[in-house]
Amino acid sequence: MKDVRDALMVARNTDGKLVRRPLSPHVQVYRWPLSMALSILHRITGVALGVGTLLMTWWLVAAASSDAAFATAEGFIGSPFGLLLLFGWSLALFFHLFSGIRHLVWDAGFGFEEPAYNTSGWAVVIATGVCTVLAWVIGLAVW
Amino acid sequence: MSETPNLDILRSPLGRVRGLGSAHAGSAHWWAQRLTATALVPLTLWFIYSVMRFSTASHQAVHDWLSSPIPLVLMLALVAITFHHLQLGLQVVIEDYVHEEPAKTASLVLSKTLCWLLALVCVVSVLKIGF
Repeated sequence: MKDVRDALMVARNTDGKLVRRPLSPHVQVYRWPLSMALSILHRITGVALGVGTLLMTWWLVAAASSDAAFATAEGFIGSPFGLLLLFGWSLALFFHLFSGIRHLVWDAGFGFEEPAYNTSGWAVVIATGVCTVLAWVIGLAVW
Repeated sequence: MSETPNLDILRSPLGRVRGLGSAHAGSAHWWAQRLTATALVPLTLWFIYSVMRFSTASHQAVHDWLSSPIPLVLMLALVAITFHHLQLGLQVVIEDYVHEEPAKTASLVLSKTLCWLLALVCVVSVLKIGF
């Protein structure tokens, strides 16, 4: 034992033999239920959207600066890499929006029961996919 | 027999009045995060619509659009509430995953500083377009 905390992990079994206490399984051991995946995705998309605010800031600064600066920003957003970023950002935004609404419903005290819990999770996934595709189809085709 | 005083809560009357738990921070953070989240639901939908609408628009069109009062106010609200919500959320993530005290403090200060600066840059840009 190198660490004093290890002492707390050692005990005697019914035969009086020293054994390591069992640990609860690490997060990697669990099968991933939907809500567990959505929960961590909510955080990941939140941080990703935080990075995405840099693009929004650039766009607003460029719009406030000059025609040339605005053209540069629009050029980047319209480039393949810019469009890829924008697609990822739209996906994250729709997910965080719908998942956030699910959280707000929980905060109001509803939706904790077993069927509702999973149904709302799948609803978030489906709504995210449908709205992202719709937004891009409308954005590219109509406007 | 007189009634026994109820002592089942190990909290001082002052502590109960303040309404703060062991974190000494109360519910202000939690409440602010929910309030900004609720406001961001319609604002985000409006923002997505706007980005789609003006994705191929000229600089002049974007200028004209942000110069009218309602888009101007909505954009300012979106910027202010987004960055407030962001710094609240980043704070929770940092407090959950960064445990070393100097690194935690540095991350918190850095994230809040960046949120403030970006918010101010956005606000000034939007006002510059609008006026």
